[in-house]
Amino acid sequence: MAETSVKAPVRARPLSPHMGIYRPMLTMVMSIVHRITGGALYFGTLLLAWWLVAAATGPEAYGVFMDVATSWFGRLVLFGYTWALIHHLLGGLRHFVWDMGKGFELGAVEWMARLTLAGSIILTLVVWGLAYAMAGGL
Amino acid sequence: MMSDMRTPLSRVRGHGSAKTGTEKFWLQRLTAIANVPLVIFALASVVALVGADYATVQAYLSMPVVSILFLLLILSGVYHMRIGMSEIIEDYVNGEGMKLLSIIGNNFFAAVVGLACIYAVLKLGLSG
Repeated sequence: MAETSVKAPVRARPLSPHMGIYRPMLTMVMSIVHRITGGALYFGTLLLAWWLVAAATGPEAYGVFMDVATSWFGRLVLFGYTWALIHHLLGGLRHFVWDMGKGFELGAVEWMARLTLAGSIILTLVVWGLAYAMAGGL
Repeated sequence: MMSDMRTPLSRVRGHGSAKTGTEKFWLQRLTAIANVPLVIFALASVVALVGADYATVQAYLSMPVVSILFLLLILSGVYHMRIGMSEIIEDYVNGEGMKLLSIIGNNFFAAVVGLACIYAVLKLGLSG
């Protein structure tokens, strides 16, 4: 039980290479985007709650929700919400493939990442195209 | 480790420092599977209701099948997002005090959002 009174000299400790030294690659960007969209969807559930509670409250409360939701800012948020939702959903499908122990080859990882990104953008535009068609144009 | 007198089984039963095993992983995947069709349903519902007046929205949301599917989505979705946020907190929040507050906040947020949605869906469904 020797008393350790000698202080270790203060100097920068060697660090193992971290993210900063690597060129950003699609797969790593997609990985963090999956987490970011998940976090965004977490707070996005407030919009779902607002919509449902407003609908349950009555026409006036629902009107307030619709005014905000259909404003340009509301549409921007909902567009982002739609993309985050679809991106996270497709990213989840990718995780199911990995959970099965498949799709770990470099080529497969790369094309699944590209497919997820392209799919999320295309499907988001399709959903909004349908929404605007329902509304009867812009 | 020769000094460890515990059997491998007892060490596994200890479930490590988190005191739990793979429940979180399993529940996250289970709710993810459920969320796929439920989210597609919700998205289709919202798109179909674009431009609809209040009476139409109310009538749609008070259909039993619609209520049940939304309740399933809320349950599955809230469990899923609560686990996901707890993983984010465990990874990035390092201070003990802040971590504790975040975990408490995560649970409260999930409870409030979940219960608010469930109450609204039930009110629409049962009064319609």
